[in-house]
Amino acid sequence: MLVSLNWLKKYVDLGDITPEALADKISKTGIEVESIMHIAEQSTNVVVGYVDSCEQHPNADKLNLCQVDVGNEQLQIICGAPNIAQGQKVAVAKPGAVLPGNFKIKKAKLRGVESQGMICSLQELGVEEAYVPKDIADGIFVFPNDVEVGADVASYLNLDDAILELGLTPNRSDALSMLGVAYEVAAILDEPVQLPDVTVPTIEEEVTKHISVSVEALEANPYYGAFLIKDIQVGPSPLWMRNYLMAAGIRPINNVVDITNYVLLEYGQPLHAFDFDKFNSNQVVVRQANEKETIVTLDDQTRNLKPEHLVITNGKEATALAGVMGGANSEVTESTTTVLLEAAYFDGKTVRIVAKDHQLRSESSTRFEKGVDPNRVEKAGLRACQLLAEYANGTVLSGIATFDQLDKSEKQVTITTSRINDRLGTTITDHDISIILERLGFTFEQSGETFVVNIPTRRQDISIFEDMLEEVARIYGYDNLPYTLPKGGQQAGRLSPVQKLKRQVKQYFEGAGLMEAITYSLTTKERAKLLVSPEIKEKAVTPVRLSMPMSEEHSTLRISILPEMLASLSYNVARKQQNLGYYEVGSVFVSEETEVTKQPDEKLRASGAITGKWVTHAWQQEVKEADFFLLKGIVEGLFERLELTATYKQAVIDDMHPGRTAQIIVNNVPVGFIGQVHPRLQKAFDLKDTYVFDLDLDYLFAIHSDEPSFTKIPRYPTVSRDIALVVSEQVAAGAVEETIKAEAGELLHDVHVFDLYQGENLPEGKKSLAFNLLYSNPDRTLTDEEVEASYQAILAAVKSNHDAELRG
Amino acid sequence: MKERLHSLQQEAEQKVAEAKNLADLQQVRVSYLGKKGPITEVLRGMGKLSKEERPVIGELANKVREAIATAIDEKKEAFEAAELDKKLQTEQIDVTLPGRPVQVGGPHLLTNIVTEIEDLFIGMGFEVREGPEVETDYYNFEALNLPKDHPARDMQDSFYITEELLLRTHTSPVQARTMNEFKGNKPVKMICPGKVYRRDTDDATHSHQFTQVEGLYVDKDVRMSDLKGVLNQFAKQFFGEEREIRLRPSFFPFTEPSVEMDISCKVCHGDGCSVCKKTGWIEILGGGMVHPDVLQMAGYDPKVYSGFAFGMGPERIAMLKYGIDDIRHFYTNDIRFLKQYDQA
Ligand SMILES: [Zn+2]
Repeated sequence: MLVSLNWLKKYVDLGDITPEALADKISKTGIEVESIMHIAEQSTNVVVGYVDSCEQHPNADKLNLCQVDVGNEQLQIICGAPNIAQGQKVAVAKPGAVLPGNFKIKKAKLRGVESQGMICSLQELGVEEAYVPKDIADGIFVFPNDVEVGADVASYLNLDDAILELGLTPNRSDALSMLGVAYEVAAILDEPVQLPDVTVPTIEEEVTKHISVSVEALEANPYYGAFLIKDIQVGPSPLWMRNYLMAAGIRPINNVVDITNYVLLEYGQPLHAFDFDKFNSNQVVVRQANEKETIVTLDDQTRNLKPEHLVITNGKEATALAGVMGGANSEVTESTTTVLLEAAYFDGKTVRIVAKDHQLRSESSTRFEKGVDPNRVEKAGLRACQLLAEYANGTVLSGIATFDQLDKSEKQVTITTSRINDRLGTTITDHDISIILERLGFTFEQSGETFVVNIPTRRQDISIFEDMLEEVARIYGYDNLPYTLPKGGQQAGRLSPVQKLKRQVKQYFEGAGLMEAITYSLTTKERAKLLVSPEIKEKAVTPVRLSMPMSEEHSTLRISILPEMLASLSYNVARKQQNLGYYEVGSVFVSEETEVTKQPDEKLRASGAITGKWVTHAWQQEVKEADFFLLKGIVEGLFERLELTATYKQAVIDDMHPGRTAQIIVNNVPVGFIGQVHPRLQKAFDLKDTYVFDLDLDYLFAIHSDEPSFTKIPRYPTVSRDIALVVSEQVAAGAVEETIKAEAGELLHDVHVFDLYQGENLPEGKKSLAFNLLYSNPDRTLTDEEVEASYQAILAAVKSNHDAELRG
Repeated sequence: MKERLHSLQQEAEQKVAEAKNLADLQQVRVSYLGKKGPITEVLRGMGKLSKEERPVIGELANKVREAIATAIDEKKEAFEAAELDKKLQTEQIDVTLPGRPVQVGGPHLLTNIVTEIEDLFIGMGFEVREGPEVETDYYNFEALNLPKDHPARDMQDSFYITEELLLRTHTSPVQARTMNEFKGNKPVKMICPGKVYRRDTDDATHSHQFTQVEGLYVDKDVRMSDLKGVLNQFAKQFFGEEREIRLRPSFFPFTEPSVEMDISCKVCHGDGCSVCKKTGWIEILGGGMVHPDVLQMAGYDPKVYSGFAFGMGPERIAMLKYGIDDIRHFYTNDIRFLKQYDQA
């Protein structure tokens, strides 16, 4: 809502408050002022001039040479506007004038002839192109005859106005009118509201003699009032009205249309004017549209109607889409002489459907949708009649043809001072409250601390105690509320065990060298299928898709974090950042249904990816490429942190390198995978070798024990033995390690591979694996015999399980 | 024999002093202290001495032996120290060359902001709760006083999956769920951080996915002044002691009264500058007193219980705090962006 302060002054005494100070007060009290526009604060030295003569420029067909009287002097001005003519009063920027955009006017020669200034269009004076009346959009502005030559144009053109742009929240539809804003500002400034004096001169002839109203859709249209005004002369509306409309962002058209728009802005009540001669009937019938009915609207569009659409008809055919747009068949034109004026209350939901279906959101539909004031409908009609009589030569018939089943009663809300204070934490008195209610313009009955407040119908947003609590609080001033801390017992805040673990896991990954990424949960249908961990793929038959995605790019919920993470790597690589290591902890969305009916299972996963060089250290020639074992080391570290044991099983997983991928198993449960991305997919993302992992954090957190178990620090020395075994290349180190662990007995407390060798001195197809075995006994020193016995048992077992020979 | 021993000592000390290297010293050790050396010889000849003389000479011989050994050891240490010095001189490195880098990662900026907010509210007795990102229409809207045809649903056009399921548009459903879980008979004091989604085209100021932290406190006798006090405490701890807050009326369907909170501009301290669009204030969060319908629907009697709720956007807060000009930076994971804010 754009509010002209010059216009607002007609209803409230604004005193000498600056627009900025007023805006600040309005914002702090309830309605956010989004901007303050000074229509043309930068124009100076622009005056009214009288065009004494206007002839063609001797050297240019399209230019005119004008002699212009600006009061105290005569200026010769060259003007290219097509609508310039002798006898006009125009806006003249004299030499030395400054126009918006810091455009300075100087004497200049145009095609050899001197021009002493410029005759201005409205655009040049700072009015936005969209609001300039169409007939002068390409030309200069011409004043009505009653302006004074030589006078500053600012007051005539309302250039000294300031416009506040209000950002209205959906509840404050009352401020969609100048009167509504006036009530708000009056409450803030503690000033009275001066309502317009509406007295309509009418003739004896009655409206009802010519027209009757019937409504077939009670709920959608509980009130319809029809007025008749004859002898209309269509022409321009008065300058002040055009100025206010332009200030409010509405383009002036002609007096009839401008008056309905002016009243729309003043009362917040949309009106519609029909050309009664073209209406072709003596009855107004409001009804739901018929199946397959059509209407040609004012914008010359043929619109197909549905039974949910409410139409105004002449008893035969539709003549308007109720509350949204009139029909072309009854449009007011230059030749209109009798106007049928509609002032009606249309239900918000009904108008919303019509406006939405036909994509016709307008100043009118918006107001109906939010709910107009039932007590202003008729008043607005009368106000328009008054203005039509005054500014369009109208003769107003007496009476109104109406259909009226509208509830115009005021609601009551009871408040007590103590309850207000209990909820606000204040010590407001009964007297304070009565003053606040008076400032708001609300009437009330008071007995002691109890107030029964009559809520004016303009305030549709107030219906319960809390709404009145807000009214009292905001006029009292949020700045005046004290700062307190809750009285309730101070319990300790905390993170849940899972939240703590989540933080620990993130910190671990960061310490291990990975940067945290946050990617989108919505991905493409194709990407959603990529890099899915087997245990997820088993369940998530189809990734969940939005019913109406905005774009294919964000259409499908992820079941793996990795595809979008690869996209992030790719984004960086394209920007010459090739060495990357990322992790993300977040949800994936698993639905076991093919047609989703219930919320998908949201599973917490940790994923990571590395590519490029991990360590680059040029002067020492130490360059370490990201590889499988680097990433596996990071994952193993995590399991160590969580005190869990994982095994890695060679696996073939879609989109992964078939020889460099492992499924990760904990307690015989698959919990994710690790490996190199399939080179084909790497190429699709423009990536070099990239290694990824994906882990089921829900499961790992569930089996992780909260209390770290204490193992005694060994008091007796550990014994270390190495064993080098020759096995077939196909034998996995992990499998041999498993056998060692299983057969070594309980004295073995750790085993790990420390060397892998293939090549010279070994038979074809064989490799050597060297393990380090650590033995200890917490209770006593180990004997050589004990260790040797275990060693022999291991040898025998690996021989029989893996055909392993001791390396000679 | 005494004289003999004294002169042996003198001789030996003379030779130690003359020794030029470890080999010379070894020579001295062998010739004077060895088994065939003169001192051993003296001791062997002790048999010829009287009973009285024997211990005196023996003692003297040992003293001389010790003195010579000490002289040799001292000289030897001196030689070794000199030698080590010489060796260390050759081991000099260029200490200005760079060290071996340790690969260090770090948290995402949003995580930093959210963690800081969490910790501040935990300090004020709030617990942290999370909930599903795919929500039911009921918890996302209806339980928050937004029935199906409510015009305010326009404000947050959403990503629906079915008519009843959608990506949550705020984290408030977690509050509704928590209240339901507590069955209307115990206080709720929680914040809920998380991802939320709205039907916006991604540009510099809009993102279809973003983060929210919302808070809720429901108890007997919760006052609007408590909301002001708690938010003030948060703002001062998060943004700095010198920052002031102000509340302005606003509208949210799930709170009444509703407020927006501004903090005084860091740049101009309230005088007005380009950062705060000349208002002196910067909008930080929205909130209000929980709407009685919301309490009622969650099983809390609005005559007994009251509460406040608030919500803020970590992206916006980060953008204000660091002057970040484009919200899309948070989701491209550009390493050059992330590294600027990765201090945990
Ligand atoms: Zn500022």
